[in-house]
Amino acid sequence: MAHPVQRQAEIVELSPVGAYHRLVLRAEGIAGRVLPGHFAALAVDRADGSLLLRRPFFVHRADPAEDTIEVVFAEVGAGTRALARQRVGDLVDVVAPLGTAFPVPTGPASALMVAGGYGSVPLFGLADRITEQGGSVGFILGAASADRLFGVEQARALTPDVLVTTEDGGYGIRGQVTLPLTEAMRAIEARVVYASGPTAMLRAVAEVCANEEVRCFTAVEQTMACGVGVCMSCVLPVVGEDGVSRLVRSCVDGPCFDGSRVRWKDFGTVPPDLEGAAAMGGH
Amino acid sequence: MSAADPTVFVQTGSIEEPPDAEAVDLTAPFGGGTLPNPVTTAAGCAGYGRELAKFLPLAELGSITTKTITAQPRAGRATPRVAETPSGLLSGVGLQGSGIEHFVEAELPWLAERGARVLVSLAGESVEEFAACARALNGQPGVVGLELNLSYPNADNQGLVFASNPATSHDVVQAVREVADPELPVYAKLAPDVTSVTDVAKACVRAGADGLSMINTLPGVVIDTDTLRPRLAPSGGTVVGGLSGPAIKPVAVRCVYEVHAAMRAGECATVPILGMGGIRTGLDALEFVLAGASGVAVGTAIFNDPTAPLRVLDELREALAARGFARLTDAVGLAHHQN
Repeated sequence: MAHPVQRQAEIVELSPVGAYHRLVLRAEGIAGRVLPGHFAALAVDRADGSLLLRRPFFVHRADPAEDTIEVVFAEVGAGTRALARQRVGDLVDVVAPLGTAFPVPTGPASALMVAGGYGSVPLFGLADRITEQGGSVGFILGAASADRLFGVEQARALTPDVLVTTEDGGYGIRGQVTLPLTEAMRAIEARVVYASGPTAMLRAVAEVCANEEVRCFTAVEQTMACGVGVCMSCVLPVVGEDGVSRLVRSCVDGPCFDGSRVRWKDFGTVPPDLEGAAAMGGH
Repeated sequence: MSAADPTVFVQTGSIEEPPDAEAVDLTAPFGGGTLPNPVTTAAGCAGYGRELAKFLPLAELGSITTKTITAQPRAGRATPRVAETPSGLLSGVGLQGSGIEHFVEAELPWLAERGARVLVSLAGESVEEFAACARALNGQPGVVGLELNLSYPNADNQGLVFASNPATSHDVVQAVREVADPELPVYAKLAPDVTSVTDVAKACVRAGADGLSMINTLPGVVIDTDTLRPRLAPSGGTVVGGLSGPAIKPVAVRCVYEVHAAMRAGECATVPILGMGGIRTGLDALEFVLAGASGVAVGTAIFNDPTAPLRVLDELREALAARGFARLTDAVGLAHHQN
């Protein structure tokens, strides 16, 4: 996992991008450590402690030369609203980089990036890395509606193999990302699929990949309280290397997991074969 | 007025030296002994220390309190396990952990190597289970004390938590005190949602507790008005979580204040109090000290700021210096003085 540092980062840019906000932060010693799939945890209310929890966001871009990292966020509650009202020049308390990054193929490989909404945020740095190694990438970017898509132009700048889906049919193919998935995997002879977005989407993508016998890595979005591994909030059931299933922390053991090891259908439950499930009887 | 008046006028008093925070003696009473300073982590807010060690040297804290450890591994509760509340956090992790054997073999040696002073939080569903965990820690490196998490369902009492009544709290403390290394202080961690926290405190001290930790979380429920359901996943038939964070601080300070008052009045033998519940700044910590705590634990604030325990220590040191205290112990319980 990453070796995080805590910094007071200066906001150097905060601008709307579609339905989202793009936030560029300058802080020493973070950008050079960021790998694709790492995230940053931002304090949203340091002054009086009324909003205690940090908000985790995937790092979109990291620029070591400028000491900047870029995150993208949606305004969904009080914390992200407060963040959206910050100004250029303000300081934000940042802990980053956090988490376990996406595993990357060691040689040239064809990879398919699949994202729902702004789940695409961590996939562009990953796509860069794969193409730098002589590999190639394709994208399926989906959202409920066109304004909830993120990065379509960025994807097109990288590859001609870009498919867009919207559930309302306002842009691209009407439907969900899984609709063209199998065909797209075969078309680009994908050796690996990287998926990022809501849990239901990840589960569906992982199932298709299992059927096609293609490796699949998923970046999960679980509710977090601390982001650094101490609060045990963001756990999900994962089969370990030893074959034993445990509730593991998405903030340190993830957020990037081998999709075939995640027990998607058991989210939000404590299956009886989990390590330590027997002790949970009654309470 | 005569020009020949020889009276000379001068300023009285002297400009005070700026307070020297480094000179404040932070030595904190702990059980029958002391720790180098009063700050620890609250159980369940610092894991077993590995993650926090990336942000602060663990040995600089007075001690580190582990997440609560049980005899057997526990998977913990279903997710979602947390809900943010105004100035607080409702959480129900369900004491997920790998059990005492794993702790002793894999976690404790790592902590000891780093010079951490470890206050081990323990729980069990029976008096015997508490005692078995305590026994497993005898002679282990790095351990400076045991903290008994009495807010754990008692299998022999319809699942009511031990802390809910003086008699069951007494029995756990007594059983642990009998088997634990006599050198190791045993702290009882008390729950605030009882008729009289003082009565439970007295029972624990009578049973041999060397210190009292106050307070555990307050039980609460949060309901999502969009899904129309509780925010925490139903788990083992409950959607109740524990409320922590700054929201509960006045409740915690009240408990410390009441129990310290009982000690001052001679109703309860005097043992050190470890205060916790919503501490986020050095001034929060000072409140607990003035109420009667000689140690403080930083908990939920760690989720906001992983360096919070060390920051609170520095801020407390400065706050004591700014108020002219040479020693932490001079401030303990000062709010009870009449003048």
